[in-house]
Amino acid sequence: MKTTDLIAALSVDAGAGSDSLRRRFYGSAVAGAVVTAGVFLLSMGWRPDIGTAVGTIRFPFKFVVTLAIVFSAAPLLVRMASPVDGDSLPRRALGAAPLLILLAVVLELMSLPADRWWDSLVGSNAYLCLAAIPLLSVPSAAALMLAMKRGAPVRPRLAGALCGLVAAGIAATFYALHCDDDSPLFVAVWYTLAVAIVTSVSAAIGGRILRW
Amino acid sequence: MASGNEEQTGNPAQAARELEWTQLMLAAIEGDSQAYRQLLTSLTPALRSLARRGFERVGLGNAEIEDVVQETLLAIHLKRGTWDQTRSLGPWVTAIARYKLVDSLRRRGRSTDIQIDELADTLADGAANEGSAHHDTESMLGSLNERQQEIVRSISIDGKPVRAVAEKLGMTEVAVRVSLHRSLKLLAERYRGA
Repeated sequence: MKTTDLIAALSVDAGAGSDSLRRRFYGSAVAGAVVTAGVFLLSMGWRPDIGTAVGTIRFPFKFVVTLAIVFSAAPLLVRMASPVDGDSLPRRALGAAPLLILLAVVLELMSLPADRWWDSLVGSNAYLCLAAIPLLSVPSAAALMLAMKRGAPVRPRLAGALCGLVAAGIAATFYALHCDDDSPLFVAVWYTLAVAIVTSVSAAIGGRILRW
Repeated sequence: MASGNEEQTGNPAQAARELEWTQLMLAAIEGDSQAYRQLLTSLTPALRSLARRGFERVGLGNAEIEDVVQETLLAIHLKRGTWDQTRSLGPWVTAIARYKLVDSLRRRGRSTDIQIDELADTLADGAANEGSAHHDTESMLGSLNERQQEIVRSISIDGKPVRAVAEKLGMTEVAVRVSLHRSLKLLAERYRGA
């Protein structure tokens, strides 16, 4: 096919390409969160003692961490979808959640006697945490990947990883409402592991489906 | 963030070129087919010499350069929604071209991290020689159904206006445009799979 012929066909298809990617990403994140909320309420629901838990320090802190994941990674999605910006993401913000966890772990180790460290770390919901966060991530991860497919990510694996990270943050926020293991030691080990699983699986998926 | 030193090109001729490209794309997004054709035609020689240099750098021959050019044009078209209209078009086109070049080299078994120059710095090849893709028209259009093939062929090769094609096929103009758009997406997929 001649290039001039192709150009003739392309020019007839002039006009706006698609609506704002930013809006699409936010729409996907909200849609993913709504579906996740539905699944969460039907499957596990929040813990019965949530009223008193809110008054503690450790329970609310879980949301500081999970929301830090969401809000540090979400702005990068829009940049990642642009071929110009996707190569040089300002990733420093992603350090926020790990730093918060690290800080909380230090404080926890200082405030808890050493013989209670192990029990706090193991908790009683480790397996549930590892299963629930990935499962609750699926709706948001799928919606965000679909939005990313409209974009032009020059690093498809990283783009997939970011979709997964945001989705895992949303999932962890809901799961934290259910889980009664509030120690930062538990969060640092099991939440991190669950988020890492979702992020790496999403990176692998992104590497396959986000090429264009 | 948006203000890029990267977008400053030293040469006034290049700056003028960038500005013209940007304005043509803005018009194209408003639906101006003439401006769009002018833009794509003006980008093509630069894309071609960029692809040629990429191929040379990894020691590949010229046979499939035009494939990369056409694939890049299709990507520019299908991904134009990712261009930020407040910024210059040149760096965006360069980023698309770079990705497509690296991607096509990878598919040809050459995995390299190629540094390529900004598109506006790329000198157009004197006479914009008529490029033709390695794959012939028939095999490229093979992924389309008969009606889509007819639409693409009438509009591109025969240069018929949409209205004439619509009348001939007994379709509305909108339906022809939708079908054309869908066909271009299929062509892009075909290139990636081919």
